[in-house]
Amino acid sequence: MPTSEDYEGQVPAWCPGCGNFQILSTIKQALVELDIEPWEVLVVSGIGQAGKLPHYIKCHTFNGLHGRTLPVATAAKLANNSLHVIAVAGDGDCYAEGGNHFLHAIRRNPNISLFVHNNQIYGLTKGQASPTTAKGTHTPAQPFGYLAHPFNPLSLAISQDCSFVARGFAGDQEHLKELMKAAITHRGFSLIDILQPCVTFNKVNTFKWYRERVYKLEDDHDPYNQIKAFEKALEWGDRIPNGIFYKSDKETLEEMMPTIHETPLVRKKFSLEDIKHEIEKFY
Amino acid sequence: MDYTLRVGGEAGQGLQTIGGALAKIFSRKGYYVFTHQDYMSRIRGGHNFYQVRFSDRKVMASREIVDILLALDLNTVEIHKNSVKEEGFILYDSESMKKKFEGPQFIDIPFRKIALDVGKNSVMANTVATGAVLGLLDLGLDVLNNILRMTFKGKGEEIIEKNIACAEAGYNYARSNCPRCEAFGAPEPEARKLLLIDGVQAIGMGALASGCKFYSAYPMSPSTGILNYLASRAEEYGLVIEQAEDEISAINMAIGASFTGVRSMTGTSGGGFSLMVEGLSLAGITETPLVLAEMQRPGPATGLPTRTEQGDLLFVLHAGHGEFPRVIFEPGTPEQAFYLTNKAFELAEKYQIPVFIQSDQYLGESEWTFENFDLGRLIYNDYRIREKDLEGTTEEYKRYRYTDTGVSPLAIPGEAGKHLVVADSDEHDEEGHIIEDSETRIKMVQKRLLKKLPLIKKEIEAPLLYGDPSPEVVLVGHGSTYGVIREIVDIYSKDRKIAMMHFSQIYPFSERDRFDYTELLKNADLVISVENNATGQFAKLMRTETGFEITHQILKYDGRPFTIENLKEELNAYL
Ligand SMILES: Cc1ncc(C[n+]2csc(CCOP(=O)(O)OP(=O)(O)O)c2C)c(N)n1
Ligand code: SF4
Repeated sequence: MPTSEDYEGQVPAWCPGCGNFQILSTIKQALVELDIEPWEVLVVSGIGQAGKLPHYIKCHTFNGLHGRTLPVATAAKLANNSLHVIAVAGDGDCYAEGGNHFLHAIRRNPNISLFVHNNQIYGLTKGQASPTTAKGTHTPAQPFGYLAHPFNPLSLAISQDCSFVARGFAGDQEHLKELMKAAITHRGFSLIDILQPCVTFNKVNTFKWYRERVYKLEDDHDPYNQIKAFEKALEWGDRIPNGIFYKSDKETLEEMMPTIHETPLVRKKFSLEDIKHEIEKFY
Repeated sequence: MDYTLRVGGEAGQGLQTIGGALAKIFSRKGYYVFTHQDYMSRIRGGHNFYQVRFSDRKVMASREIVDILLALDLNTVEIHKNSVKEEGFILYDSESMKKKFEGPQFIDIPFRKIALDVGKNSVMANTVATGAVLGLLDLGLDVLNNILRMTFKGKGEEIIEKNIACAEAGYNYARSNCPRCEAFGAPEPEARKLLLIDGVQAIGMGALASGCKFYSAYPMSPSTGILNYLASRAEEYGLVIEQAEDEISAINMAIGASFTGVRSMTGTSGGGFSLMVEGLSLAGITETPLVLAEMQRPGPATGLPTRTEQGDLLFVLHAGHGEFPRVIFEPGTPEQAFYLTNKAFELAEKYQIPVFIQSDQYLGESEWTFENFDLGRLIYNDYRIREKDLEGTTEEYKRYRYTDTGVSPLAIPGEAGKHLVVADSDEHDEEGHIIEDSETRIKMVQKRLLKKLPLIKKEIEAPLLYGDPSPEVVLVGHGSTYGVIREIVDIYSKDRKIAMMHFSQIYPFSERDRFDYTELLKNADLVISVENNATGQFAKLMRTETGFEITHQILKYDGRPFTIENLKEELNAYL
């Protein structure tokens, strides 16, 4: 049975008070409670404040390129479907630079969990707008206020029949932990968009701001109802729902890939003997 | 005996099927074959041709002059009739073309009418035409009939029988309506077993035979053949083939699978490779083994999608930000493509670096015949650290441990016991964690790049010298120009001390301790580099790497490969 100490990584280099701390400790707690050992987990990330997370947790990690988390994570899962693969990303990383991969990961449905640290701003590059930044927000790079309409990851994911769609809040770790456990144990591609206050660059969406607005989806919310889930996903403003919006029990990429059913790809032995007759096909 | 057959027509008329079947028949009969395709970037219409050269001696390049032209449309007759030898033949169907040609070369065969009469379906006109070509050569129908049986296996006995009857009707028609054919026929070759394979298949098979289990790509001509080949083998050999959403994803996937312990490869052409460049750099800093096929076509941008050029050499050489080691191979034949792909996997895994197989449309889609590929020549060493290798070690595993060779132990996540594997695109320490201090940075650059480089260089073989051992004239080539240069050397060697120096292991340049190739070049009177690009990229690379300057160049950049005739003509200006 692993403990939280087993998952202790390096000392984080985040600003004091940043929402990322809660997300990090919640991931560790969720893994511990699920009785998953560090050598059974691969955390993949891109670049950003969120992207640094793998260094602060002790397990297998691949910290790759900005926006490219999902292709790496998907392929890693195909290569070894016995690993728990968790992808962590920032909102810029996942929805801007990696937007295309986000769409296609939903379509492929690999059995991996994606945790997006959504702080509605670019943290690491010091405060430019991200796809989830509110319209009109002034930043050093957006002198006329941000001119684009904010991206809604939940409604997009639900519209594309993403197999697990949830929202959590860094300020409610108990709830977030349950969401993470559900995501990790869910069969299929699971998204948790996590409201993460950036105490340095986002002066609007603070812990306080969220506490006044977030509420949990009622027990009678049926996550298998796509239309209802979509409706809920459009709610944003004075009241912001959290919880599991949508679920769909469809086949995962690995389940559909017949060549990895019996043995993970990485464990397949190779012998030249096996391909000897290949040349014959060309005579 | 050395015949060239050109099958011409519109896209969608079945040129590949006819040309491919004839190439297979010639090789099964024991002739050496070389095929080359010339087609436009469209699915229907336009003008395309499929050329098959077959001979009783080895052939490895295309010719302009044609012995037999099989014209499936009027356009083909108009465009190509002047390329047909005086004693050659033009097979055509005046009824379908609504035009009659006079002259001893023309043999009018009602392909369509015979198909309707015998097969009750005009689609069998192609089978009639294929039979007619064989009739002209008096080669018999046994192999074609086997191919027809295989091809239409799923369509039932009736279709097979009708096609066989059509082939026979075409065969007999040609035999009885070709007064000059007696003198023409193809002498029965020696009984030998030859395999017929093109460049992309050879790369794909090389990957398969090297234990590659993961291939991710986004379709782009002319690299798509590798994707198709490996996909067709996925079930049999248990591979994972993923069509990515773009090339950025393709290379990141290949890196993800390789990091997780599986031999992985990706492939693309110039435009797609442009998108992969950042990922290449990621493979560089994370020291993830990776094999990339870059199949060139003429650029810039979308360029000429179905044509050929060697225009990306310096791009691939310099692609990627930052400094990290890489290897580039550029095979000259499908056989070299097979063995070099294997060597690419060996070096990628041994040194944890990206290795390129660079080729082009011409070699990728040319079929060649070979006696055999020798699996005994293949290398397979498993350099990955697995559970058993770490048994009993108390020392903590460090992905980027400093070593004398610069090569760190490469453990597989989840397969190396409880040891954890940490890889990072940021500059990192031995454990794989982010650093910014200058000492660690220096040590990492030394480990990753400087220590490995001299070892990698030792693995590279010297260029191949073909022809006169102390030549006065040397034609320097690289990659797909191998065949045409070699045939030219054969043609001129009767009255010249001439040789080819061919580079297939392009970068890094090999050491000169075993073969001082620059010395040989210095001693020649005339050194000419022959390249399928406009700026002589290989000659530039040669000067940078060896200091030897090649002053004469024969460059071709019309999107077509060199043929024997046009290289000869260019060379004559020098001799
Ligand atoms: C290809 C590329 N473009 C730009 C950058 C610079 N960059 C680093 S992090 C980042 C955005 C970070 O924002 P987000 O993904 O929301 O993460 P956060 O830092 O807020 O957690 C950018 C643009 C980069 N590293 N790579
Ligand atoms: S800049 Fe924002 S996101 Fe980054 S560490 Fe500081 S508070 Fe957290």
